[in-house]
Amino acid sequence: MLDFFHANLSYILSGISVGGQYALIAIGYTMVYGILRLINFAHGDVFMCAGLMMVYLSASLPMTASIPLVLVLTVLLGFIIERAAYKPLRSAPRMSVMISAIGVSYLLQNAALYFTGGLAKVYPTIPWLSQTVKIWGSTTKMVTLVTPVLTIILVVLLSLLIKYTKVGMAMRAVSKDFETSRLMGIRINTVISATFVIGSFLAAVGSMLYFTNYASVTPISGSMPGLKCFVAAVFGGIGSIPGAVIGAFIIGIAENIIKGGSSIFGFGGSGWTTFSDAFTFALLIIILVVKPTGLFGEKATDKA
Amino acid sequence: MKKKSKAELWLAFGAIALIYIAVAILEKTVNANSIIFTVLKKGAIYSLVVVSMNLLNGFTGLFSLGQAGFMLIGAYTYAIFTMPTEIKLTESVYKYYEAAVKFDTGIFIGLICAGLMAALFAALIGLPVLRLKSDYLAIATIGFAEIIRAIFQWDVLGPITNGANVMREYLDLTDVTIPFTKIPFPPTLFVFVASGVCIALIVLLINSSYGRAFKAIRDDEVAAEAMGINLFKHKEMSFVISSFFAGISGALLAMYQYTVQAAQFKSAMTYEILLIVVIGGIGSISGSCIASFLYIAASEWWLRGLDMGKFLGIESATVFRSGFRRFVFSIIIMLIVLFFSRGLMGDREISFAGLIKRFNKHAKPAKAAKGGGIDG
Repeated sequence: MLDFFHANLSYILSGISVGGQYALIAIGYTMVYGILRLINFAHGDVFMCAGLMMVYLSASLPMTASIPLVLVLTVLLGFIIERAAYKPLRSAPRMSVMISAIGVSYLLQNAALYFTGGLAKVYPTIPWLSQTVKIWGSTTKMVTLVTPVLTIILVVLLSLLIKYTKVGMAMRAVSKDFETSRLMGIRINTVISATFVIGSFLAAVGSMLYFTNYASVTPISGSMPGLKCFVAAVFGGIGSIPGAVIGAFIIGIAENIIKGGSSIFGFGGSGWTTFSDAFTFALLIIILVVKPTGLFGEKATDKA
Repeated sequence: MKKKSKAELWLAFGAIALIYIAVAILEKTVNANSIIFTVLKKGAIYSLVVVSMNLLNGFTGLFSLGQAGFMLIGAYTYAIFTMPTEIKLTESVYKYYEAAVKFDTGIFIGLICAGLMAALFAALIGLPVLRLKSDYLAIATIGFAEIIRAIFQWDVLGPITNGANVMREYLDLTDVTIPFTKIPFPPTLFVFVASGVCIALIVLLINSSYGRAFKAIRDDEVAAEAMGINLFKHKEMSFVISSFFAGISGALLAMYQYTVQAAQFKSAMTYEILLIVVIGGIGSISGSCIASFLYIAASEWWLRGLDMGKFLGIESATVFRSGFRRFVFSIIIMLIVLFFSRGLMGDREISFAGLIKRFNKHAKPAKAAKGGGIDG
């Protein structure tokens, strides 16, 4: 067991790190779904846009200025998307809102395609994060160690926010019952905007960590992580923040173990890599069939 | 559904026949390399897959996003079945693998098998996923489409699917011949006939008692079940049939493109198809067809200038550079989604009675009522 652990430490480490990054994105999905019952297909692309903003801003500004600026701009982007594309459809059928989300995703990808000219952009090196460190004999980047810690800190902060502040209480109320909380005088639109702001902020943090690892941003580099993070959110029980985090870690680690499958399981050649993405969806289908509410999901109350 | 009068039906047949004759004449007179044939072929292929998606999303109310996966199955099945055996045995396509499928079939059988294979996969996938509700169904079908894509790229299946490499040298549109002769069949007309027949079958299905059951499920599942409609059976049926036609359109796409590769069938392709459904109107067959042709014409032809540095006489190489077309396009789509969510046709169909009514309304308001009276 210990030998296995030692031999595959690098896969497990990068799994934990990717898992943390996924967790930050998955929270955005799970919160929006909890409140609006909407799969925000554009969330993965917001994450990609945060990556691109960093590329462009850091070209002309110092890192100390561009990091906060990226955070602010991403939050703004999330806010604008909600106001422009989802708010007008608040009373429309759920399918229309989902189509609108797909439309926004398409728009963001095409906008990115136009502005980048379709080329992969090299992500700037964030000084401290990209240092290499040695841990138990395997070298890795600092970001691998920082990610899980930062993720846990942010999640704890978020939980406190949801538990003890007024906005947090409003969020919980809205996700329980949309109409009634409106009758109780909660400003629905403010709460929803706050959700999108938090989600986009975490996605921006996630993008910094993620792209430091992967080094290049393309217009479609948000779509696959986006889908996977949604799966993570469903896996952990949609609407539940700890569930999303645990789901994301499980998916991140499993995916990396499969990527290293040929050396771990000793057969199958390079073919396993093809399945690192497919595995996530297989997991999704299994959980949906076996336990549709996910690991930590509340008992489903059909609100259709 | 209103019962159509005989006159109406004949008019519709006449109009469709006219379209076919026009395509045939066009193909005889215009240079074959003209952009118009690209638009017509691709438009017809997309019409079929868009209508098949509309059958699920618009008529049965199942928000499924797996269409690209079924197209992929269709395209690959077709390519594997119709590639001549001599080519399979040489190294020209299966460079790294030894081809396992050692027979080949004709185009017609290839197309049918493409549909059947997609339908078979759909039947298996449908068993678990069709028990899920709206957005879970959407994400599960996306998931299956991605899994299918991964399976087709898996190198263990290389002897069948050629791994992640390109499939080519199978029978394409130029190999279509008039039955029992060696005379080549006009390619655009062939695509029109093939998707026309399939769309006609879908229309017949929708107007049958099964189609009414689908619509009942869409409108209210609980009420439909109470009326004795077996929910799962009808959902599965709609899913399988839709996938069958998606498979055929995938095969037609493979024929049109000359080469096919699994990497092409990403979820972005499904989104594109879904957006065409929305443009045409969710629940309208004629809307779907019109929207497909408009979409393809706009993206392949009319808006070309946006990518090439010149549009509507304005020249600007910095603004009109590669990718601007799709950018403008997605903005237009967003506007449609937000402000014209009913699309071109809503859930209505083109009908001549309706057209006559509309024209009469402008010309002689008094006779308008009579125009509608044709319906028996």
